[in-house]
Amino acid sequence: MNGIKEFMDRNMRQYGMIIALIVIIVFFGVVTGGKLIWPRNIGMLVRQNAYVLILAIGMMLCILTGGNIDLSVGSLVALVSAMSGLMTTILGLPSWLAIIISVMTGLLAGMWQGFWIAFVKVPPFITTLAGMLVFRGLNNMILDGKTLPLSGLYITIGTGSVPDIAPNTVPDFLGIGDLLQLQNKPEFLNATMLVAGLLLSAVYVLYAIFNRKSKQLRGYEVPPLRVVVGKTAAFFIVINLFSYWLAMDDGLPIMLILLAALYAIYTFIATKTIPGRHLYAMGGNIKAAELSGVNTRKMMFFVYANMGFLAGIAAVVTAGRSMSSSPNVGVNFELDAIGACFIGSASAYGGIGTIWGAVVGAFIMGVMNNGMSMIGFDVFLQSVAKGLVVLLAVAFDMYSKSKSRLS
Amino acid sequence: MAEYLLEMEKITKEFPGVIALSDVTFRVKEGEIHALVGENGAGKSTLMNVLSGVLPYGSYTGQIIFKGAECRFRNIRDSEAAGIAIIHQELALSPYMTIAENIFLGNERASNGVINWDETNREAVKLMKKVGLNEKHTTQTRNIGVGKQQLVEIAKALSKNCELLILDEPTAALNDEDSGHLLNLLQTLNKEHGMTCILISHKIHEVIRIAHSITILRDGKTIGTLDNTERVSEGRIIKDMVGRELTDRFPKHIPKIDGIGFEIKNWVVHDPLDEERVVIEDVSMYFRKGEIVGLAGLMGAGRTELAMSVFGRAYGKRISGTLIKDGKELTLRNIGQAIASGIAYVTEDRKTAGLVHIHDIKRNITLANLKAIARHYIINEDEEIVVGKDYKERLDIKAVSVFQRAGNLSGGNQQKVVLSKWIFANPDVLILDEPTRGIDVGAKYEIYKIILQLASAGKCIILISSELPEILGLTDRLYIMNEGRVVGEMITAEATQESIMTTIIRSSAG
Repeated sequence: MNGIKEFMDRNMRQYGMIIALIVIIVFFGVVTGGKLIWPRNIGMLVRQNAYVLILAIGMMLCILTGGNIDLSVGSLVALVSAMSGLMTTILGLPSWLAIIISVMTGLLAGMWQGFWIAFVKVPPFITTLAGMLVFRGLNNMILDGKTLPLSGLYITIGTGSVPDIAPNTVPDFLGIGDLLQLQNKPEFLNATMLVAGLLLSAVYVLYAIFNRKSKQLRGYEVPPLRVVVGKTAAFFIVINLFSYWLAMDDGLPIMLILLAALYAIYTFIATKTIPGRHLYAMGGNIKAAELSGVNTRKMMFFVYANMGFLAGIAAVVTAGRSMSSSPNVGVNFELDAIGACFIGSASAYGGIGTIWGAVVGAFIMGVMNNGMSMIGFDVFLQSVAKGLVVLLAVAFDMYSKSKSRLS
Repeated sequence: MAEYLLEMEKITKEFPGVIALSDVTFRVKEGEIHALVGENGAGKSTLMNVLSGVLPYGSYTGQIIFKGAECRFRNIRDSEAAGIAIIHQELALSPYMTIAENIFLGNERASNGVINWDETNREAVKLMKKVGLNEKHTTQTRNIGVGKQQLVEIAKALSKNCELLILDEPTAALNDEDSGHLLNLLQTLNKEHGMTCILISHKIHEVIRIAHSITILRDGKTIGTLDNTERVSEGRIIKDMVGRELTDRFPKHIPKIDGIGFEIKNWVVHDPLDEERVVIEDVSMYFRKGEIVGLAGLMGAGRTELAMSVFGRAYGKRISGTLIKDGKELTLRNIGQAIASGIAYVTEDRKTAGLVHIHDIKRNITLANLKAIARHYIINEDEEIVVGKDYKERLDIKAVSVFQRAGNLSGGNQQKVVLSKWIFANPDVLILDEPTRGIDVGAKYEIYKIILQLASAGKCIILISSELPEILGLTDRLYIMNEGRVVGEMITAEATQESIMTTIIRSSAG
């Protein structure tokens, strides 16, 4: 079928990434003797790597503007983390207020950088290099080299789960616990998580059906039915399997709700809105975009302000998980985020890349972090491996691009 | 026929969607100046790219025989090693390097990787003398004029001991004096050093003056090779180049001209880099609805600068003057406001500023008017596909689908995408800057038809073109610009190429 082939061609990059993710999961699943995919570990993996995902979303937008990156996000996470410590432990503010102020600090820092980049035209590389030094320094000035404990809402966001609506009612009806031969098999599943997964996937299926119908009614082009059914079914199965897994552990992590919301919002902005389109256009050809009426300065400002905002959120999440505000938090976070984007098929010259790609890239990073720790690779070896994976991912992308140009 | 230095036999080269060269045969005798002429898009540059290895062996079909042996160049280095040097239209000099450094760039006088500066300088001075370049060899190339830079390029080619020198439009950017000097130099090199040259030029009179043979290409095919020892007539060459009478080159059109739609009054623009320098000096113009108004002038007359400064200050600093549209004064601070006020500007620089090459056709078409397919800033992508298909059909854009990347289209189809973008933006005033540059003859005709349709729809059309026949063939009225000023206004029916050129030259003299 011509239609299917065209659809596949158009979405080649996405499938390539998913295949890479699956290969990496299977690989580490095997070498860790299945431990990688144990329910307990999956929940931990999500919480542990949330920061990569949040930062990668913002970083993807920076890269889309024209291959620009933000080197300061790791240090900014540190600064916001220090602000959290200052607000709660030293000034004694309630944690909800501290969180708001912390995220606003991130936003302000982002606006500061956006100002220099967009209006003074200091190259992003230089601006954020300066930010990297400034923000790290401020963290140390605030904390005076000390680590401060955090409490309250921070901990809830960092480690908490949504309460079970019906505890001890749903048994492990698929018998996954026996299948994986878990050490401490759960007697019952977390009902909240299962219901949430079912609801989400049901909403998606309904949306897919109605969307296709209404498009047909209005005479728009629709993808082939087989593609839609396949995609929807795959989504349904993956979501419910994932929620089943988490339901075997402590249920729906609050952090997962946050991640899903961020993913949904930013995908919507990037793909469905005019500012999103302008972002892609300026990354593809800044001159053409300007002559088509795109206000590129404003875009640059907002993209970097947004990066600060997301770094603020990542900082709260990270601080909450470690239950503390410390001087050396966030080291190399920027590199994880940048790496995730390029693994996720962002073009190093801008204009190409998706939020979805950043998320998959972040998961690949996360699974590698987690898997390599489990099999006992030391940090240095992990660093070597991650570096090589980023290099290979981009090299593969370049190779496949040169192939497609010839045909 | 052993006297041929170069024989290109049955060369065929296809790009996606367009056949650039079809079965082209091109033979150059040893020791001659051989001119290659043809309209834009006739395939001259492609043929030279095949010859110089820019388009490597295997990407075309046919045979290249140089000095009696078949050549399979994989890149420029290969062809240079064989003794072929090409000087492109866009000069490839490094501006912050000295003349001597530039001459030996990529071909350094060195032993064991260490540059021998004494030899470099000595050889550079010798070569500079040979090409008649009166400058110090230590001068940075950014500080010398285009004419002299051209000489540096020739010196560079000579330093590589080339046997066949190809010059692609060497005089396009030069004034008459520099052009004359360059042509004399070519003749000297040819006579005294036996250098074989291929000269690509649009300036037919220059070609007739110095070439021994002239090969004409049209639409990717060889039309024939003329012996120029007896000096063929200009008309003969033009007839072969165009392939039809000049009158057929433009579609028939009966103008329906209405009242004044757009006015520029006392427009003054300063150079963005040097704010003291005036680029546009007190220009006033008016444009009527349904009228096509040409802006004629030489390169650097300020036409593009005028157009871009009007288009939401896309060019220039310290801009003053008034814009009046439909009787109301406009204040345009940025391009977005200009588009919203119904002004569109189709750039002359299609390659670097017209399209987002990595994005597909439909996205390029909607880019300047996303609001039309969006509600509350949310884009309806299905509507976008509909719009894309509609324009693909209406403007006859030759592509597999609207999902094809704009960068993969031929020049003519790319320009149609750019035009679609601006038609979709629904402007009242459409400024077209060199809309048919680099487009083959057939596609030009289609673009002319589109332009005329837009005029019939009551839009003010402003046409900037360096090709006077195009201005004479399409417009209803024209302004002549020179050195940033309006130096004449004519009803097109009463204008001729000569009267326009005379006006320009007189204004410079006065």
